[in-house]
Amino acid sequence: MTRSLSTLVASAVALLLLATLPLWLGNTYYINVASQILYWAVFALGLNVLVGWAGLTSLGHAALFAVSGYTAAILVTAGHSHLVGAVAAIAMTVATAAVFAVLALRATGIGFLMITLALGQILWGIAYRWASLTNGDNGINFKTRPQPFGLDLTSAPAFYYLALLVFLAAVASMLVFVRSPLGAALRGTRDQPRRMTALGYNVWLIRFLAFLLSGFWTAVAGLLFLYYNQFISPQIAALQTSAEALLMVISGGTATILGPIAGAAIVVIMKNVVSAYVERWNMVLGIIFVLIISFMPEGLVPGVRRLIGVAWRGMRPAKAVITVRGEASS
Amino acid sequence: MSALVVKGLTKAFGGLKVTRGVDLEVAPGERHLILGPNGAGKTTLFNQITGDFFPDAGTVLLNGRDITRVPARQRAHMGLARTYQIITLFGRDTILRNVTLAALGLSARRWNPFSRLDGQADLETRAMGALQRVGLDHVADRSLSETSYGERRRVEIAMALVQAPKVMLLDEPFAGLSVEERKGVQKLLMSLPRDLTMVMIEHDMDVALEFADRITLLNFGEVVVQGTRADVVADPRTREVYLGS
Amino acid sequence: MNLWLVLAINSITLGGLLFLLSAGFSLIFGLMRIPNLMHGSFFMLGAYMGSTFLAKGFGFWPAALASAASMAVLGGLVERFLLRRLAGQELAQVLLTLGLSFIIADACLMVWTGDPIQPSTPPDLRGAIIRSGLVFPIYRLAIVGVAIAMAIALWLLIDKTRIGAMIRAGVDDAPIARVVGIKVSQLFTLVFCLGAALAAFAGVVGSPYLSIYPGLDAEMLPLALIVVILGGAGSLPGALLGSFIIGFLYNFGQAMFPDLAYVILFVPMVLVLVLRPQGLFGRVAL
Repeated sequence: MTRSLSTLVASAVALLLLATLPLWLGNTYYINVASQILYWAVFALGLNVLVGWAGLTSLGHAALFAVSGYTAAILVTAGHSHLVGAVAAIAMTVATAAVFAVLALRATGIGFLMITLALGQILWGIAYRWASLTNGDNGINFKTRPQPFGLDLTSAPAFYYLALLVFLAAVASMLVFVRSPLGAALRGTRDQPRRMTALGYNVWLIRFLAFLLSGFWTAVAGLLFLYYNQFISPQIAALQTSAEALLMVISGGTATILGPIAGAAIVVIMKNVVSAYVERWNMVLGIIFVLIISFMPEGLVPGVRRLIGVAWRGMRPAKAVITVRGEASS
Repeated sequence: MSALVVKGLTKAFGGLKVTRGVDLEVAPGERHLILGPNGAGKTTLFNQITGDFFPDAGTVLLNGRDITRVPARQRAHMGLARTYQIITLFGRDTILRNVTLAALGLSARRWNPFSRLDGQADLETRAMGALQRVGLDHVADRSLSETSYGERRRVEIAMALVQAPKVMLLDEPFAGLSVEERKGVQKLLMSLPRDLTMVMIEHDMDVALEFADRITLLNFGEVVVQGTRADVVADPRTREVYLGS
Repeated sequence: MNLWLVLAINSITLGGLLFLLSAGFSLIFGLMRIPNLMHGSFFMLGAYMGSTFLAKGFGFWPAALASAASMAVLGGLVERFLLRRLAGQELAQVLLTLGLSFIIADACLMVWTGDPIQPSTPPDLRGAIIRSGLVFPIYRLAIVGVAIAMAIALWLLIDKTRIGAMIRAGVDDAPIARVVGIKVSQLFTLVFCLGAALAAFAGVVGSPYLSIYPGLDAEMLPLALIVVILGGAGSLPGALLGSFIIGFLYNFGQAMFPDLAYVILFVPMVLVLVLRPQGLFGRVAL
């Protein structure tokens, strides 16, 4: 009871802080960083459906992210409305996710990772080489942000609130899904796929649906990315983007909702800070990757907790250690 | 009509024939024991009955319906449930959640992405019923990681029971249990309703004899002896297989 | 000059290079069950190292061998001190190689800057042979020759030597190989060194023709990946066939459908995945 109460209080405080963020943060630069964190968090949450709950590590999600952005950019540039662009972007991305799923779900584990990586490269290749459609390496400039219900999203705080609304919707959908029967079934297919089959579950179809859900939120995040940057180029479809999103998921801690959000915040802040001083973001990205995988494979949130625990126990006298462990195991 | 019929079932992995023309007929309510030394092809036979993989030749009938090519997941919906020799449970969840997930597997609600699984009272009631049957209702909320090996064996059985199967396949339900625990599981199995058809695999002859109405003795993928308990026990070929003479 | 012939020569050249690159990738994948995502980095870093050795006055082939040797050392260190810590956790190992590939890419950018480098062709192999009006650039032919020689050497190593027999046993069934007394972990290090060296060698040999530039690693890695999905993990004949298929598709696709050339490369991979998931020569599906 007290635990759910403290969760409630913490959520309320977090919500209040998020809702008032432009007021107390003031500076446009910081508000923009917050917006970036929000749409990357939506991406990471979408990816986490596969990585965390389905146990399927995709290295091709940047391509889905880019399909969404490119579809909207191409359609709106061609004169269609923002609404048409957005709906088509999401539909196109989910359809692409379905194709990815059909091919990649022939395997699990490493095979799944390799196939998604290869499929992602195909789409990168289209973005990069099919210049008549995508304008190749030069990318596409996206002239204006949409104006839903006549609201002007040009200013940093206005865009922040759009991103926040979408982010909250994503979090809510994850909260509902993870507790639902289908969500429980998905985690079951991660842990014991054979048993799930014997229990009457269609493991393939459950994974397929998870891929679509993941694709949907990736599409939404891709749209926000386009609206925020008002530019899209093949770089966003590259393996590096998939790796960044994956780093967000695993650095925060997979199969949780807070993990990918924390991961997105860490990676985006780090990227902004590092880029302000040196050009070596790729190097830093690689080093964090290697460090986290070598020393904190369970993710930063649980990992830091464990390391603090080890240090804490190390500083205490031996007798206390025994009591602490005794309490924990009883 | 027989509850389960297996005719001429044959399966080879590469050059190795692991099941050679096995015939089996189990009447409704019958308790059938499949005996055989390690490597006799018992679990491979089970895996073909449940549809984990398809046989090279032969047929499987469940309650008179040919299910030889029916996918494994659909067989569960047709009244076939199984337990595993190697414990195959969801280690991060509670005992109750494990059994609820088994109950959910046969419900159309397993596709529901919106409602809360915790709120599905009827599924939980049924899960608790199954746990009561196996004597674990008092520890239903315990996390599976905190349970003993013997308790996990019972959870395996509860997960099959909660699906209210017509035919239940038990793959060495006594494996790794102490003598005391075996007696407990034995008693539990004997207490199940008589109309439930059960087929059990066991490699140790003495453990499960009491359970069996009829026995099939497998060796090298083939049926050596088949018949009532008394017949099989008395048959000299049984001794041959077990004493290796 | 016949356009098709030029394309065919280019295809065979690229096929030969791809074989050098993907043979090691395939052996590593077959044995350790992981796609080495830093394989493109070995190729690129190897090419850069080779260019530096050349600049220091090495001959072309000594530079290629020196670069291969230094990549073998790097590969050995990575396997021994990073990958082995994560033994049994294939996913973590793959992601580790991914992280390392970013580090290497950025380090190359730091050291060799972003300007493309194109080492000159070895003097003895410049020019072309002209036969009945057809022009055969000598260096291209030399690449093919080197690739064939390497394929034969690898085949002898894998098929005729004791170490090769151990590697084959490990590819077929690592646990059983361990039981019969093969030190599989030492094989891992060995195969990783070998794969890195081959990739670096390919990088140097290919550099006069491809030139060296940032992003070369990311371009080569997917090619190795497709070759191995096509040919089957751990199979050298598979890698050979896959390399030439991709070599031809790449060049002919480039000429006929420039917009979609890159996409066409993946068509056979998708077909193989759907129709024969274990690859053309492989025994185990992904």
